Amino acid sequence: MDLRLMVDSLPQLLLGMLATLELVALSGALGVVLAVPVALARVSPRAWVRAAPLGYIFFLRGTPLLVQIFLVYYGLGQFETVRESVLWPVLREAYWCAIIAFTLNTSAYTAEILRGAIQAVPPGEVEAARALGMSHALTLRRVVLPRAVRMALPAYGNEVILMVKGSALASTITLLDLTGMARTIIAKTYKPLEIFLAAGLLYLLITLVITRLIRRAETHLSTTANPRPKGRP
Amino acid sequence: MVPDLHGFGPVLLEGTLMTVRLAVASCAVGIVLGLLGAAAKLSGSPVLRALGGAYSTVLRGIPELLVVLMIYFGASTVLMAAARPFGYAGYIELSPFVAGVTALGLTFGAYATEVFRGALQAIPPGQSEAARALGMGRVLAFRRVTLPQVWRLALPGLGNLFMVLLKDTALISVIGLEELMRMTAFAVGRTKEPFTFYLAAALIYLVLTALTTLALSAMERRAARGHGRR
Repeated sequence: MDLRLMVDSLPQLLLGMLATLELVALSGALGVVLAVPVALARVSPRAWVRAAPLGYIFFLRGTPLLVQIFLVYYGLGQFETVRESVLWPVLREAYWCAIIAFTLNTSAYTAEILRGAIQAVPPGEVEAARALGMSHALTLRRVVLPRAVRMALPAYGNEVILMVKGSALASTITLLDLTGMARTIIAKTYKPLEIFLAAGLLYLLITLVITRLIRRAETHLSTTANPRPKGRP
Repeated sequence: MVPDLHGFGPVLLEGTLMTVRLAVASCAVGIVLGLLGAAAKLSGSPVLRALGGAYSTVLRGIPELLVVLMIYFGASTVLMAAARPFGYAGYIELSPFVAGVTALGLTFGAYATEVFRGALQAIPPGQSEAARALGMGRVLAFRRVTLPQVWRLALPGLGNLFMVLLKDTALISVIGLEELMRMTAFAVGRTKEPFTFYLAAALIYLVLTALTTLALSAMERRAARGHGRR
């Protein structure tokens, strides 16, 4: 074991870790934005609206993330219309291809988590809000979504950890995320064991911190753990 | 809409077969590791408990791709170091299949540890106590009373893990195993039609996951026979 090398390559690995976190944060945020309308469509009272995102979810959850990344990165260039479009400078970049693939992938999983949570909101609460005269949209914004987000949080925490692990695939399309950086260092030093071990420890650190943060958010949002102060409605 | 595969259909099929073989072998290894992990986590020895806990925490916390690369490139370093004292100074390399089964099996086992632990804890202790009171040995009581129920309780969780595993097999293409993704990349290199072929691969994976879903629900129904509402 070459401990020296592990320490010496730490600055570069930390740089890679930053790239990993950036990929996860950006695609995670975009994924949530995309997931909300998909989840709302899945709980619509109209059958055709409910059925609309089924293919989207089935495809993204039923195929490997690696295939999805390759479809975006290598696949889109097959079409001349794409190559000549104004979007090509963006779609040519490995970074944006990774963001697009990760965003679509996580949006499908997140939408299903959110759908489950929305369906778990007690119907009495929705009826009460409607009886008080709240419109459909207001009920959604004030009652259903806040309740659903709270219930979805533990499952979403798992999804974030799966995203961190999935982001390692960015290294297959030349990005220098934590795994990509580790592979680059190994190509120069021929010490796979030490470098992969160091990278693995950094990933563990990320997952541990995320687990903690999600748990803290859960208690923060929990109504039973922090009851409203008396005197406030 | 049938895409023109330029005669690469059989090649993709060959890759699909390898993908299935890889998934089944990794699943078998993973189930054994998962049972061992759960036994360690529930054992009376604090050392075993810590080992079981470390195994499932570490392997669930690092990316599958990193595990694959670590096993494939790291194992040869370790094996060569281990062989040197015996006078062998040549290069040792793990076959991509063995490395793939090891890596995917280890990951599957880490998640399966938690599934089996939950299943084992869900069986009322009174049952194995009753079996022991009837004169069964510990092993017999485990085999006849506990284990058949663990299967029923763990199957839904294991089924989900198998679906994840099936998709993770794509990662083994990175170390050169000629499974579906690798064969697809080969076809792409020849035809310069990446979208057509990666879409074809995606559809094949979809068929595999859909078939697995059907098989799993049949298995779950069978495992739960004599149980619950009819």
